[in-house]
Amino acid sequence: MHRLQWEEVQQKDIILYPEGMVELNQSSAEILKLCDGTRSLDQIVSELELKFATTGLKNDITAFLEIALKNGWIQQN
Amino acid sequence: MAGFNKIKITPPRWLLAELTYACPLQCPYCSNPVDYAKYQAELSTEDWKRVLSQARKMGAVQLGFSGGEPLTRKDLTELVKHARDLGYYSNLITSGYGLTEEKIIRLKDAGLDHIQISIQASTQELNDHIAGTTSFRHKKEVAHLIKKHGYPMVLCVVIHRENIHQMPQILDMAENLNADYLELANTQYYGWAHANRDLLLPTKEQFEEAEQTAQAFKEKVAGKMKIYYVVPDFYEDRPKACMNGWGTTFLTIAPDGVALPCHSARDLPGLDCPSVNEYSIEEIWNDSKAFNFFRGYEWMKEPCRSCDEKEKDFGGCRCQAYLLTGDMYNADPVCSKSLDHSVVQQAIESAKISATLSATEKPLIFRNSKNSRNMV
Ligand code: SF4
Ligand code: SF4
Repeated sequence: MHRLQWEEVQQKDIILYPEGMVELNQSSAEILKLCDGTRSLDQIVSELELKFATTGLKNDITAFLEIALKNGWIQQN
Repeated sequence: MAGFNKIKITPPRWLLAELTYACPLQCPYCSNPVDYAKYQAELSTEDWKRVLSQARKMGAVQLGFSGGEPLTRKDLTELVKHARDLGYYSNLITSGYGLTEEKIIRLKDAGLDHIQISIQASTQELNDHIAGTTSFRHKKEVAHLIKKHGYPMVLCVVIHRENIHQMPQILDMAENLNADYLELANTQYYGWAHANRDLLLPTKEQFEEAEQTAQAFKEKVAGKMKIYYVVPDFYEDRPKACMNGWGTTFLTIAPDGVALPCHSARDLPGLDCPSVNEYSIEEIWNDSKAFNFFRGYEWMKEPCRSCDEKEKDFGGCRCQAYLLTGDMYNADPVCSKSLDHSVVQQAIESAKISATLSATEKPLIFRNSKNSRNMV
C-alpha cells in the first residue's frame, strides 16, 4: 500500500500512499530501506552503525520504527 | 516592491487532473463550477500526456485523476500507463459508476495505485436520491471488486444535512466493505454546494454528534482503517490552511486545460488563469499571474497582515473570502478575527430556517447540464 521512492527534484526519499505522502530525511530513509523483511532489528541497527561509523543508534531506530509501524509504512510479522 | 523579497517557489507535488466535467451523477454538493456546461472543450490524450510529463519534471508525484467522472474518458487506461511510467503515484477518484471488473483489472495492469470510490449514503434510497442516479448497489459491488483485485481503497462519503444522521450506518458500511481509508468529508461550500448551502449545512448539534460518533469509531478501528476527517469549517473559529499555501504544493488542471492554483480558482476575478494550450507547466507554475497572485503574505489586508497566525493558515481560503465577503483579499470569514465573521453566522441561521421548508418550497438544485445552463 506504501511506496518508497527517490525524488530527483526534491533530492529526497518519500513515502507515497493513497492521497498522501511523507518526505523523509536521510536517516529515516536509510532505516526504511533496510526493512525488507529479511533483517531483524538488531541487524538493522548494526548495519547502520557500521555504515555511519557510530554506536548507540538502537533507541533512535526503535523509536522511528514504532512511528513507521503505526503509520503502516512497515509491517511486523 | 518586486524583486526585493523574492518569494521562494517550491515545486508542485500534487497534480489534480480533472479529465472531464461529464458525469452521470448529479450530486448537489459537487465542487465543479456551477457554470461547467459552458466549458465544453476537453484536452486531447496527447495534451494530457504532455501535461503529466511536464508536471512530473517539475516535481509533482501525487496524481489524482478526477472530474466529473474520469471513467467517461476513453483514454483513462492509456493516461494511467503514462503516469506509471513517469513515476507518479496515481489515484482514481471515481463515483464507481461504469466501473467493471474488466476495467479494474486493466487499470491495475496499467499501474493504477489506488481507487477512491464515493458513496452518497448508507441506504439505497438516500444514495440514489442524492446521486440523482440509481447507483447504490453497483457502487457496493464495485467496492468489493476494488478490494478483490488488491487495490488500497478509500471510501469517500460527503457529509451534509441529508445524510449526517446516518453516521453510525455509514461507519458500519465502511467496515463491511473493508475500506482501508474512510474519508468523511464534511461538505465544503463551493460550486454546487454553495448554491445548495441552505439545504446542506447541518446544525452545530448535528455536527457535534456525528463527530463524536466518528471519533469513537476511529479509536475502535485504529490500526485497521484510517479516517480522513474533513472538518466543517463553518463551525471552527480558524480557517483551514487552504491548499497548504497558494502555489506551493497543488496544481489543478481543468478539463479544458486551464491551470488552477485551487479547484475553485476559476471563479476568482482577474486571475487570468493560464491554459496548458498556451504555456508549459513550468511557465505556469513559476511565472503566471494566477499562481503568483497569493503567494507569500504581501497581498494580505488586515487583520491577516499583522496576525501572528498567518504562517499557519495563510489567511484561509481565497475562494471562501470571495464567495462570502465579495473581496478575495479579505480574511476567510470563518476566522473569528475577520470583520465579516457574522456572514458565517448568518449562513448558519439561514440554513436553519430552510430546514423547516418542504422540498417543494425549497428544492435541491441537482448538478446537471440543464441546471448549469440556467445558473449562468
Ligand atoms: S460530486 Fe457527484 S456529480 Fe460531481 S463529479 Fe463527483 S460524482 Fe459527479
Ligand atoms: S486573521 Fe487571518 S491570518 Fe489571522 S488567524 Fe484569522 S485568517 Fe488566519
